[in-house]
Amino acid sequence: MKAFTMAAVLAATVALPSVGMATDLEVTHWWTSGGEAAAVAEFAKAFDATGNHWVDGAIAGSGDVARPIIISRIMGGNPMGATQLNPGKDADDLIAAGLMQDITDLATAEDWAHILRPASQLESCTKDGKVYCVPVNLHSAQWMWTNRKVFTDLGMEPPKDINELIADAPALEKAGIQPLSLAQGWPVGLMVNDILVAQAGVDNFVKVYKDRDLTIAGGPEFAKIFETLASIRQYTPADKMVPQWNEAVGLVIQGKAAANIMGDWAGGEFQVAKMVAGTDYDCLPGLGVTPVLNTGGDVFYFPKSADPAITKAQLELAHTLVTKEVQVAFNLKKGSLPMRADVDLSAANDCMKKGLEILDHSSAVFPNDIQMIDRDSLNQINDLFTEFMANPDMAAADAQAKFVAIIEAAPK
Amino acid sequence: MDRPNPLFRNLNSKLASLPMMLIVLGVFVGGTLWTVLFSFTNIKILPLFTPKQWIDGFVGFANYKRLFNSDRWMSCPAITKIGQEGWQLKCTGAMPNMITYAILAIIISISLGFLLAVMMDQKIRLEGMFRTIYLYPFALSFIVTGHVWAWIMSPEYGLQHAIRELGWTSFSFGWIADRQMVMYAIVIAGIWQGTGFVMALMLAGLRGIDEDIWKAARVDGIPAWRTYIQIVLPMMKPVMVTTFVLVASGAVRIYDLVVALTDGGPGISSDVPSRYIYQNFSANLGQSLSASTVMLVSMALVLIPWMRMEFGKKSQA
Repeated sequence: MKAFTMAAVLAATVALPSVGMATDLEVTHWWTSGGEAAAVAEFAKAFDATGNHWVDGAIAGSGDVARPIIISRIMGGNPMGATQLNPGKDADDLIAAGLMQDITDLATAEDWAHILRPASQLESCTKDGKVYCVPVNLHSAQWMWTNRKVFTDLGMEPPKDINELIADAPALEKAGIQPLSLAQGWPVGLMVNDILVAQAGVDNFVKVYKDRDLTIAGGPEFAKIFETLASIRQYTPADKMVPQWNEAVGLVIQGKAAANIMGDWAGGEFQVAKMVAGTDYDCLPGLGVTPVLNTGGDVFYFPKSADPAITKAQLELAHTLVTKEVQVAFNLKKGSLPMRADVDLSAANDCMKKGLEILDHSSAVFPNDIQMIDRDSLNQINDLFTEFMANPDMAAADAQAKFVAIIEAAPK
Repeated sequence: MDRPNPLFRNLNSKLASLPMMLIVLGVFVGGTLWTVLFSFTNIKILPLFTPKQWIDGFVGFANYKRLFNSDRWMSCPAITKIGQEGWQLKCTGAMPNMITYAILAIIISISLGFLLAVMMDQKIRLEGMFRTIYLYPFALSFIVTGHVWAWIMSPEYGLQHAIRELGWTSFSFGWIADRQMVMYAIVIAGIWQGTGFVMALMLAGLRGIDEDIWKAARVDGIPAWRTYIQIVLPMMKPVMVTTFVLVASGAVRIYDLVVALTDGGPGISSDVPSRYIYQNFSANLGQSLSASTVMLVSMALVLIPWMRMEFGKKSQA
């Protein structure tokens, strides 16, 4: 009896998709916070409207939690229909092993190369001339958020960049205000990276991370970065750090801290607090030093399936994700920038408009670190900076020497 | 003499245990062998299996070299001289952290657990209630324990803040934000969680001691504390060994408590080997495998002499 039931279930799962009416497609992602879940619901709604069915496979926790699960499922022969994954070297091995669906035909038919921008984003989905993923949005991490009221109350001019903030720091601290709030874990790496790009400039950053230029990595420009970090770490000792990024942003909103360095998703927190960009708070792309944004974003991959119905549904999903209406609906809720330039974004706020303006001058857009260097080396760099920011005994020169050693050892 | 072939004795039970034996061989022995073998290859995120892949990817001790060069795993800066008294070797990193934790957790939780068990053994009133109270933390997962203690020891919200609010402004208990104290913070949480369990084991051992022994000791006029230390304790050796193995293996694989309590911080000052292994798992399997092998070898170095002592004796007897 039991065996019969199991056989029946087995037969049903195999037989159902080939009936060809509505195909269930399991989509895994790690968007679980309020705003993120609302944004994903837009995708699901649009995909269900095509006659298929979106089976939501949200994995709680950050990408660091979800990524190993997703990769091991694809490698273990139990692939989902589609999955979120960051573009870059993570997926390259899976593509090399022939586990990912090639969607080049769709991309050429819809002329993605021209409607999606910046070009680097689609390039990172392209491997040996074939397209394997769909970019759905652009996130940028290079933002400094300041509370204007904190400065005006003290009779100071709100800073226009990170250097002014550091100059103001002693006065702020005297007034009992934390100059810079910081959360534990990945926000430390994000802040360090932002300072790196802002102070070194895009060219030097790319030269070090992509071309592995050791003279620059060990040179005076980078030495200055490590000095800056060392001066920042005295304002962010371990006992002043908060557990979550949104708490660090919250300190700025409450006026307990003057500034925070965080990605564009922090803008949502200010909006929830009913603060207005430009009057209550400032958002400074590229930390105000160099107005640049990286081109990190979310993409969807489609693991290869033996079932033609699944493949068909995968292509339909890929098409749905880049349609104009879906792009607008999704990105407004997500707080990210849309991939297409030809959409109507009148509802966007000031910060988003600043971001779009930088995006239009694509020279100010630079590739994400994971697009230039492997995850293993990035982890080591992250460990180094995490330790450097937490250990006041670690000299800037020592940290720089270790940084150079990691860059040198990174596989090309 | 026509004795039956010993291979066929209890044939049914041997057949029944065959699948289990195969699983043990395949999963444990096979998995261990694979781990050790492929820790010598340039394996990255995709697992390799075939001998050809092994030969192609062979890199010798490169993974181990990187492991021991990594500050996160182990770093022993030059031995520092402290005054006239002598030399001090201060190592930091995941491995020394784990050893610190293991030594402290084993010594403290076993001695504290034994003392609690002796207390319980005094035929006290409400024993059942106390037993439940002490054993209760063990029913929590390490994640819960970790988060609770993270709140207690947080300098922003915890005990330190509460006591400073009361007026004692120099009071300091923000151990999870203190690089020097953070491992001890983890030890405190670990002991809080584990001691009740040790007590339960010890109490069972104490209750297993024959009442006549106590009577004999009392007749001879031996004080109770000496009876405990010189008679009861040696008789409890099997319980002690079991407890030691349980507590020690728990300490070596410590992971969830650290993740919930400090997540390796501040910086990487409370990192432990399991966390290192897990975090390298999706980026550089080679590092994970070599770190696992180092853990395996160091465990074997501890366990093999003990196993020879325990089981070697029996076969002679």
